Amino acid sequence: MLFQPVILWTDALVFLLLVALAGVVVYVRRHEHLRQPWRRVAHSATGMAGAVVLAFFVLVGVLDSLHYRARAGGDSSRGNVYAVEITSVLDALLRSLKERPEKTYSAPLGYQLYARETVELPDGRQSREYPRLRHGGAHLKAPQDEWRPDVGRRALAGAAIGFVLWVVAATLVSAHIARATGEGIDRAWRALARGELDMPWRAILATLGALLVLVCVAAALAGKYHVLGTSKVGEDVLYQALKSVRIALVIGTLTTLVMLPFAILLGIGAGYFKGWADDIIQYLYTTLNSIPAVLLIAAAVLMMQVYIDTRPQAFPTSVERADLRLLFLCAILGVTSWTGLCRLLRGETLKIRELDYIQAAQAFGVSHLRIITRHILPNVMHIVLIAVVMEFSSLVLAEAVLSYVGVGVDPSMISFGTMINAARLEMARDPMVWWSLASAFGFMFALVLSANLFADAVRDAFDPRVAVIKPFRLRLAALAAAKAPA
Amino acid sequence: MIAYIVRRVLYALPILIGVNLITFALFFVVNTPDDMARMQLGAKRVTPQAIERWKVERGYDKPLLWNSGASGLEQLTDTIFYDKSVRLFVFDFGNADDGRDIAHEILTRMGPSLAIALPVFLVGIAVNITFALMMAFFRASYLDLWGVVVCVAMMSISGLFYIIGGQYLVSKLWHLVPISGFAGGPDALKFVVLPVLIGVVGGIGAGARWYRTIFLEEIGKDYVRTARAKGMRESVVLFRHVLKNGLIPILTGAVVVLPSLFLGSLLMESFFGIPGLGSYTIDAIQAQDFAVVRSMVFLGAVLYIIGLLLTDISYTLVDPRVRLA
Repeated sequence: MLFQPVILWTDALVFLLLVALAGVVVYVRRHEHLRQPWRRVAHSATGMAGAVVLAFFVLVGVLDSLHYRARAGGDSSRGNVYAVEITSVLDALLRSLKERPEKTYSAPLGYQLYARETVELPDGRQSREYPRLRHGGAHLKAPQDEWRPDVGRRALAGAAIGFVLWVVAATLVSAHIARATGEGIDRAWRALARGELDMPWRAILATLGALLVLVCVAAALAGKYHVLGTSKVGEDVLYQALKSVRIALVIGTLTTLVMLPFAILLGIGAGYFKGWADDIIQYLYTTLNSIPAVLLIAAAVLMMQVYIDTRPQAFPTSVERADLRLLFLCAILGVTSWTGLCRLLRGETLKIRELDYIQAAQAFGVSHLRIITRHILPNVMHIVLIAVVMEFSSLVLAEAVLSYVGVGVDPSMISFGTMINAARLEMARDPMVWWSLASAFGFMFALVLSANLFADAVRDAFDPRVAVIKPFRLRLAALAAAKAPA
Repeated sequence: MIAYIVRRVLYALPILIGVNLITFALFFVVNTPDDMARMQLGAKRVTPQAIERWKVERGYDKPLLWNSGASGLEQLTDTIFYDKSVRLFVFDFGNADDGRDIAHEILTRMGPSLAIALPVFLVGIAVNITFALMMAFFRASYLDLWGVVVCVAMMSISGLFYIIGGQYLVSKLWHLVPISGFAGGPDALKFVVLPVLIGVVGGIGAGARWYRTIFLEEIGKDYVRTARAKGMRESVVLFRHVLKNGLIPILTGAVVVLPSLFLGSLLMESFFGIPGLGSYTIDAIQAQDFAVVRSMVFLGAVLYIIGLLLTDISYTLVDPRVRLA
């Protein structure tokens, strides 16, 4: 075999999560009452725009979760020998970024190093000047004159490819609408462009277009330049930012995966059984809640560090060690964050268990387990869903803070937090090294903003208490649409 | 009222005991003092004598829970659990691993922490309420819509960005205030302004949006419609009725964090070099000073419980319908 797949702990859980997600999608599609709120999510323009961007990040994250060891050599008679280093599919795709290190900092799209160096001129004299980069812009012969047109040409070519891809996507969508409505493709496109469809295709396609153009421009430039510059050790910042996406997604999703069983079991248990079970569970979450979250996390991670450091033989490679530390961080974040959801579920269950249909079920002698799973759980699931999507973005932001404090992910792992932490001290330099910080914050902002927009759409669709308040003009338009003969 | 408070304080005891047990388990059972000593002294080439000396110096050489070597009550009291955990209940924090007195440090560092945290808290609430009321006044208009959009965008920006960006803009580009540091007396002002500003701006996104939903919920109620039906102007309805009633959840929600203000802000203090409790905690975490982290966990729990108690009391003060039973 050309490679040997490696499944790290977090990878396994990510795949488990994806399988579960697929299962949920299939289940929801079969049940009309579940499809209804999701349809409302799909009809929210901001929510779907956020979902498009999220999908891009998830794609990057999943590609980065497929780990393997490449074949290093050996022949068939003695079996294959695989490299010690664990790489991911994303690493392989971005090999051109990863394997072109510079000496130290360089500005985005630059062709010179950030710092002056003493170079020897051909005639034997020495001078202080900015040396050319080893890879970035190395194909330029006279960079002062060629750099600007070259960057412009490549960026334009990338944008053109992105635009062509977008046109293909837009045509496919129009064709799909035309087939569904039975009208011509040109009319479908016109309705789409005017935003007259239920599904906010206009917002989706606009986001997709911006995303495609950006990605294609970056890809076109990345071949010959460092699009977002290089870091202190000369690593490409774009590569670092893309690698950080997986860590952010893992922390945002696996943490909730860890906390959900606790929160659901204990929350519903406390609300349903009341009495001493309720007392114990309430005591449990008040106690955990009363410890400041950062301190509990710090204490637990410090203890984890002691555990790892005293047992080096248990972790063969640094990747595995960092991965286990990441998983542990998720677990401890989960332990500190389940209390809020647990309290919400307890309150809701207390209310539901007094309703007539539960009383009837109890009168018929239905078992507790069956009442909980069949009658209570489905009626509190919307709370769980809203909590999960709302929690995601705050967890992504928390990772950066924790890594800064020194209790986040393993320092050897590239994450937004470690990127910011490494670049923070370079603020004082003159001229300023801003690109590492800007890239980390920019990627984080895009990820968190799209997650927030999507979460808001989900909350609006599932929370029965949220009154939908729309701007006046939109409301008028809706009124007019309702009055118009169908 | 007194009886209620006494009962609540008694309820708090088992919670504090629970916190104490959790921290004890985390710091002494999961990892033995031997592990900690090896970690502090460097993992390689550390002699058993050095470990023993490290433990004796810090009082970690005793048995964990039960000292069979001693006699009488000493069997219980001459242990790590009694020395390090039970004593926290009388706020006897002991010495940090570097030998300094923790209680003294906490007292001297509380002032600078409060100098930042209290203005951030007060100004933050005032600013958030102002923005939320404005959005509620122009509700369902494009001002409101874009206000919410800006709030969501501001929520999506990392807190670290506000700090780093603020320091760069105000201190480095405009040279208005020093980048970091702290001084006592009137000099403190110029060091405090920027952290407070950043703290307030950083909190607007989440705060204003949350308060807006509270006000909107209040606006939908019957008494507001009645007030309007009587012919009151919208501004009177908003400021005299909605604001007062909307303040109930806002204030009671804010009271719970009031005692925790003593702990200060971890990030802000470490970025601005303010010698408060937040930076103390971060330094302790980074230096892996377990005694300090343990003390801060306990102190944080105590303050949180006081906050819960204050919340319940403040409910009765601002809302006469609520009775403590």
